[in-house]
Formats: sequence, C-alpha cells, structure tokens
Amino acid sequence: MKLAYWMYAGPAHIGTLRVASSFKNVHAVMHAPLGDDYFNVMRSMLERSRDFTPVTASIVDRHVLARGSGEKVVENITRKDKEDCPDLILLTPTCTSSILQEDLQNFVNRASTESKCDVILADVNHYRVNEIQAADRTLEQIIRFYLEKAMKNNELNLNKTTEPSVNILGMFTLGFHNTHDCNELKKLLKDLGISVNLIVPEGSSVTELKNLPQAWFNIVPYREVGLMSAIYLENEFNMPYISTTPMGILNTATFIREINQILKSLAISSKEKQLHTNPLNLNFESYIDQQTRFISQAAWFSRSIDCQNLTGKKTVVFGDATHAASITKILVREMGLKVSCAGTYCKHDADWFREQVTGYTDQILITDDHTQVGDMIARIEPAAIFGTQMERHVGKRLDIPCGVISAPVHIQNFPLGYRPFLGYEGTNQIADLVYNSFTLGMEDHLLEIFGGHDTKEVITKALSNESDLTWQTDALQELQKIPGFVRGKVKRNTEKFARQNNIKLITVEVMFAAKEAVAA
Amino acid sequence: MTEQLSFECETGNYHTFCPISCVSWLYQKIEDSFFLVIGTKTCGYFLQNALGVMIFAEPRYAMAELEESDISAQLNDYKELKRLCLQIKQDRNPSVIVWIGTCTTEIIKMDLEGMAPKLELDIGIPIVVARANGLDYAFTQGEDTVLAAMAQRCPTNKLNPLLSQENNNNSLVLFGSLPSTIVTQLNLELKQQGIDVAGWLPAQSYNELPVLNENVYVCGINPFLSRTATTLMRRRKCKLIAAPFPIGPDGTRAWIEKICSVLDILPQGLEEREMKIWETLEDYLKLIRGKSVFFMGDNLLEISLARFLIRCGMIVYEIGIPYMDKRFQSAELELLQKTCVQMNVPIPRIVEKPDNYYQIQRIKELQPDITITGMAHANPLEARGITTKWSVEFTFAQIHGFSNSREILELITRPLRRNNNLDTLGFSKLVK
Repeated sequence: MKLAYWMYAGPAHIGTLRVASSFKNVHAVMHAPLGDDYFNVMRSMLERSRDFTPVTASIVDRHVLARGSGEKVVENITRKDKEDCPDLILLTPTCTSSILQEDLQNFVNRASTESKCDVILADVNHYRVNEIQAADRTLEQIIRFYLEKAMKNNELNLNKTTEPSVNILGMFTLGFHNTHDCNELKKLLKDLGISVNLIVPEGSSVTELKNLPQAWFNIVPYREVGLMSAIYLENEFNMPYISTTPMGILNTATFIREINQILKSLAISSKEKQLHTNPLNLNFESYIDQQTRFISQAAWFSRSIDCQNLTGKKTVVFGDATHAASITKILVREMGLKVSCAGTYCKHDADWFREQVTGYTDQILITDDHTQVGDMIARIEPAAIFGTQMERHVGKRLDIPCGVISAPVHIQNFPLGYRPFLGYEGTNQIADLVYNSFTLGMEDHLLEIFGGHDTKEVITKALSNESDLTWQTDALQELQKIPGFVRGKVKRNTEKFARQNNIKLITVEVMFAAKEAVAA
Repeated sequence: MTEQLSFECETGNYHTFCPISCVSWLYQKIEDSFFLVIGTKTCGYFLQNALGVMIFAEPRYAMAELEESDISAQLNDYKELKRLCLQIKQDRNPSVIVWIGTCTTEIIKMDLEGMAPKLELDIGIPIVVARANGLDYAFTQGEDTVLAAMAQRCPTNKLNPLLSQENNNNSLVLFGSLPSTIVTQLNLELKQQGIDVAGWLPAQSYNELPVLNENVYVCGINPFLSRTATTLMRRRKCKLIAAPFPIGPDGTRAWIEKICSVLDILPQGLEEREMKIWETLEDYLKLIRGKSVFFMGDNLLEISLARFLIRCGMIVYEIGIPYMDKRFQSAELELLQKTCVQMNVPIPRIVEKPDNYYQIQRIKELQPDITITGMAHANPLEARGITTKWSVEFTFAQIHGFSNSREILELITRPLRRNNNLDTLGFSKLVK
C-alpha cells in the first residue's frame, strides 16, 4: 500500500478510453462499478465536448459479484451495437474487473458473433501500467487489429501515395494542447509539400486504418503515445518513423532535417518510380533558415535585450517526458536560462529522459511523488517553474511563478485560442509563456532600486506552517525594505538559518548572518 | 403521469459520482478527522479530478493505494494499514481516522471491520469503517454509510451525571452533514418553537458526537440518509421522526411541523413565516412558473427538489433517482403527492435506477425547459439546445431551511436567466 494524495498519470482505463473516444464512431463499454464513468465528465467539462462521450459502463454490482457479469456485458455490447451502430466496440476492463478475473475475452467472442460491429477487449493490466502506457498499448492494439483484418480479407493496399505523405500518430482527446499542435504540424507539413495521409486516432475512422501503409512514413510527435504503433508499422510494413518532437527552434529544425533524410533515402530506393513524378525540392535548409530567422519570433527574441535579462535565471522543469525534455532544452539552448533540475513522472521512460537532458541540467528527478517535486522546488527556490498543474500550485504557495507545460492539466489548459507548442508558431507561444512567467525585466530592475511597490505586512509563505521563531521589530522593518518578490525567500532563508543555529529571536544581526551564510 | 405515485425501475445504466466523494465534504465538516480511502488508482483519480482545487489545500484525506502485491495477498493488510495510519498519526494527529472501503476491498474481501478495532487499540486513535463503494451505493449515499458507522460511536450517556438528568427525556438529535451556518439557522428555527436541539450527527468535531439512547428523538435533514436512520432506530434504539426534508419553504415548514407534532408542541407563526419567504421569492418564481423540468437523477435529493419546484409552479416530467427508500422518504412522498393535487398537476413518474440512454430519448421528445443532470451530459445537451443545470451543485450549495430557498431558485433560474441574455443571438443549437 502507498499513501497517496495526488497522482500525475491516471489509471490504465483512462488511457484506453482516451484512445477509443478519439476515433470517430468507436464506442467503449467499461466493465466497471457505478461511478467509474468519471471519464465522461472530464471529456465533457475539460474538453467542452459537444457530443456525448461514446463511453458507457456495464455496471458491476452485487448481483454481478454473485452471478458473474457474462450476460450483462454481452447484452450491453449488442445493445450499443443496435443503438449507435459503431464500427468498433472496445470492452474496457477497470481495476475492479481485473481482480474479478472473469473471462472477458469470452464475452467479447460471444458479443462479436451477435453484433454487426467489431468487438475487441482492451489488453491492459491495471496494476502494471498507467494511463499513458495503456493509451500507447491500446492504439497499437487497434491499429494491429484492423491491419491484420485487412490482410486477411485481402483489402490491404500497400501502394504508396504518389506525393510524399505521412501519418501523424498519437493525437488524441484530453491531450495537452493536442488540437493546436495537430493544426500546426499540418501547416508545417504543407509548407514542406508533404500531405497528411491519416491522423490517428483523433478524428479518424477505424475503417480507414487499412490505408495507414500508404503513407511514406510516420510521425510520432509525443513519445508517450504512438511509439508502439510506429514500431509495429516499421516492423510489419517497413515504414520509417520520426520520433523527434518538433518543439523549439532547434528541435523543429532537426525534425525537418529528419524528414528530409527519409525523403531522400526513399527517393533513392525507388528512383525510377517516384523521382520523376515528384518535383519536390529535397533541400529544406532554406525553409528552416527563413522560418527560424523571420517567421518565428523566437530566434529574434533570444537575441533581444528582453531575453538578456533572463540569462542565468534558475528554473525547474517537470512534466511528461516529451514536454519536460523539450522545454529543458529550449530554456538552456535557446534562451540561456539555467535549469537547476529537470524531471519527469514517466518512470517507464526514465532512460530516454536522462539521455535527453544530461548536460542541460544540474540534476535529474524521476518520480511520480508530487511531494518530492514540491520539496525539490522549495529547496532550489528557482525564479520560475515550468511544470504541471501540481507545480503551479506549489509555485503559488511559495510565491514562485509557474508556466504550465505538461499534463496533468486543468480546464484553463484547454484554451479556445490558438496555442500550439509544436512547430514555428509553437516557438512563439513558448517564448511568451517563458517570458511572462518571470517578473518583467525592467520592472524587476526598478523594483530592486526602489525597494518594491508594496508595503504590506510580511506573510509567511513557508512550506511548514509552524512558527517557533519570533521576529524583532527592527528585523521586521528591515524585511519590509526587501523587494516583495524576494522577501519570502529572504524570510525563509533567515528562518532556516535561525533554526539550524538554534536561534529563537531573529534580529537584524541574524538576518545579515543568514545572508552571509548562504552567500547571497 | 397519474394521480397516484408510481414507481418504475430501469437498467441502472446511469451516470453518478462514486460514493467515496463524500470525503470531500465530510473531512471539512468533521474538523479533527482524517479520511483514508482504501482503494486503487481509479478511486484516487476520481477524487483528484472531482474535487479539483480542494486537493491542493493539504486535505485531511488520502488514498491508501492498493498495489498488485496487496491484491494478491503477498503483503499483510494489517501491517500495511498500521504503517500508513501511524504515518497519518504522526503527520496530522487526527481524533478519528475514517476508513473508506471501496469496490476493491469488497471484492478481495479485506476485513476492514475486523482489523479496525485491533488497530485502534494498537495506535490509540478511533477508527471508523464505512463501506462507501460503487458496487452498492451512489454519490450521496457515501455520507449515509459514514454516518451510519459513526452513529455506533456516539456516547450512550453524558459523562456528567448532572447533565444527563435534564436531558433524560425527549431530547432531539438531527442527522446529516450541513455547513455550520445552516446548522445554526436550523437550530434557531426550532428554538423559536421552544425545541432545543441536543446535538447533530455529525458534529463539528468527532469528540462532540451527540448522546444517543432510547430517550432520544432523531430526525434526518437529507433524503439519502436511510441507513443512518435504520442504524439509529435499530442499534441505538432512538425514535425516528419521519418528516419531509427542510428543502424549500414548504419542506422546512412541514419538517418543523412534524417535529412539533411528535414533541407535542403547537407550532407558532410558521404559516406566516412560510408566506413571507414565498413573497421574497416572487422575482424568481415569475421566471419559472409553467416551465417544465426533467430530473435525470444522481444524488437522491430529487424527490424533495421536485416537490419544491412543483410548489413553485413548475411542471415536472420525470424524477430519476438512484435509489428510492419508500419508508424513509414516506413523509416526503406524501407531501409530493399532496403538492401535486394542490397545484393541480399530474404526479410525475419516478424512475429508480434510470437508464441515461433512454432518458435522453425521452428528453429529446419532451423538450423540457430545464434538465437537471450530471456533468457528463450537461454540455452535450446544451449543444443540442436543451437547457441544463448540473445536479452536483445542489449537493454542495446551501439549500436547507427557510432562508436558503432563494439559493435553490438562484441555481434553477441561472440557465433561464442566461437564456434570456443570449436568446436573441440566434445560435442555440450548436451541433450539426
């Protein structure tokens, strides 16, 4: 057992449901007790979905415990088949059903003989994988199912499209800024003269999946979901894939160069067939240069004097592997900030993450325990945090600004306006996010000169709320003179110092001694 | 719709919150408590998302998250729980730890009731066990299971013998968790009739739980407390006053009148008080008279709310409800029937364990002016031009007593007032 207050990644069935409900005309039937259909609320509220979430529960109750849920599950599947005529019904186990150890596969077999649609059992183990891993797994499972089905029925068309084309794998519902990222990617690919064959799963239909192999290659924008599918497609259909995330100026350039590489090699290997029909200019360098220097504002921003003020400022980055690694590299390489700690909660992908951020950060934190992340932030006292909603709240408590860069997210992370993180417009959005997270440069400078704009009483912002320490009046007055935005930090440092040295009464002298002790 | 109450039962495929959500309001109500939900990631994810911002305020509740080794009994449940409870004792030092049993502890048959007394002795903190799981209960019934368990912990006699003398006969204890301001309001309301409320279950702190014995009258303030009522009658030998619930001015008056009649008191000035309240509501009543309502059903407040809205002049098409205890709600059902006759409207159908899919077909057919529904259906219905109100808000808003009737109408009329603001724009249907 584990004492837990909060978790970064949800349970496995959430991942499965996110994939299922992203496809068009796919219905998920959860094998779950009453109240486990909370996913529908999230989709309806966070994503402001206009449509009914295609998820229903086949309720596990006392009767089911006594008699087994066989008939009920089969009935619910065939009923849904008649009501909604979906292409596919995905039977989704939950933690409850996985300990009941009923033969769900058997129900699926029975139900599929009685219904028009396909029926699959989502193959995830609740106690071994989390939301992200389950989503990756389910996406691969569905793709594999439809490609194998097409092969069996001889419906598979392996001819490549005449123009270069790609599949985008891993865009789906409740993903962090996924819809915006998807539009930005489409725009980027269009600029490069590459058409999009299929976007999976968001908005695509399972009946189209058999067309996946017609694309020249695959793109996996986020490592968390889509990689398994890409690897499967590479093994089975010899389709190359790109898993570089086009986030930030440098990564976007790398991403485009990788596309360039793939196109070149494909063009060489099928020389006669394709090259003459394809007027593509296989050199993307001038495009990268043009976009970087003049279309995206981010490269110019890094040179501008605003960004100069950010040089060497301490930050902490935490999030899923994709976003945390990309943002760390952007902050360090493209803006000259210092990342004191970079971390991820994707423990299953820890090695990749370490490899990515090594050299860009002082320390790496791999944990899914939010208190560890909170303590680390309190210890480092960065000038800004880039993390999830949890880190935003830690930041609020410690009076440190935070930019949200990764799920788990809240409703405000589903903006109505266009806010991609990927591609060249993404670099602009990230630059804004980073810049706005800090006290603005000139203001910062002026505050230092004039001693802050407020003369409010000092409020304790310490993580621990006990106060065994007394501040002498003149020490408090001295504290008031310190600009507001660092006052909390000075207060905490002084109190920490006092505690370490067993001092009960804080005088001006103690304050200065503390200042010297931390050499700040 | 008929003149007699009729009850239907559908498939039970409906959306509601898991009953473990009760920790969110109970930990705030019982200030020295700690709620430990013994369940899986699924339970934790629900709590974290359903309770949103509250989670960040260092709540006095946590998950004991079961891992694979717990499920396959490779670890000793007792030792594991002891380890976690000692940690809670050290970090928070609560006066009581409430264990919330979940679906998983039910299925693997973890003997929480058996372990609690042993562990209680071991660590010196009372441990109350409530099985608030989705296999048996819906949403607000979670509170019912906790209060039923807590009723067993109430003292039988006051420690001070002098005090127990004066309270010896006919003291009144109210049960149901309400914010302290409403507790004060309802206490005052009864005081005006010369009735002193001896205590509440739950009280503001665990150590103030009321005295319960055969001389105590008990009365519920919420319609979902049937297990608690049963426990109070059978295990604690209390006398239950079956009254309508103090929701809306009509309900509040009927509630006080019933208590008065049982305690042999002639109620004073109640009729005038009710009339006064209705007068102050007139601006809202104008907006809803003649309008129709459809309750999809998810929190068991539905009968009382429907009764109040019918009295307000609305027409109720359907009352969906997760579970209908006809005995505990008998007085409320009677008042519903009487209200329908008085207002000259047919009695709405009461649908127990509704089927949301069928309900949505009926909603599409009936086109009610307001649909009271959970958040899973609210946005999709709005996009189809059906005006909705989230049912969960009624659980968290202050709706009890005379003075809070306005709050209920504030909630009900909000979507209508929104419609009045936006209706001229010409886009009410936003799906293709």
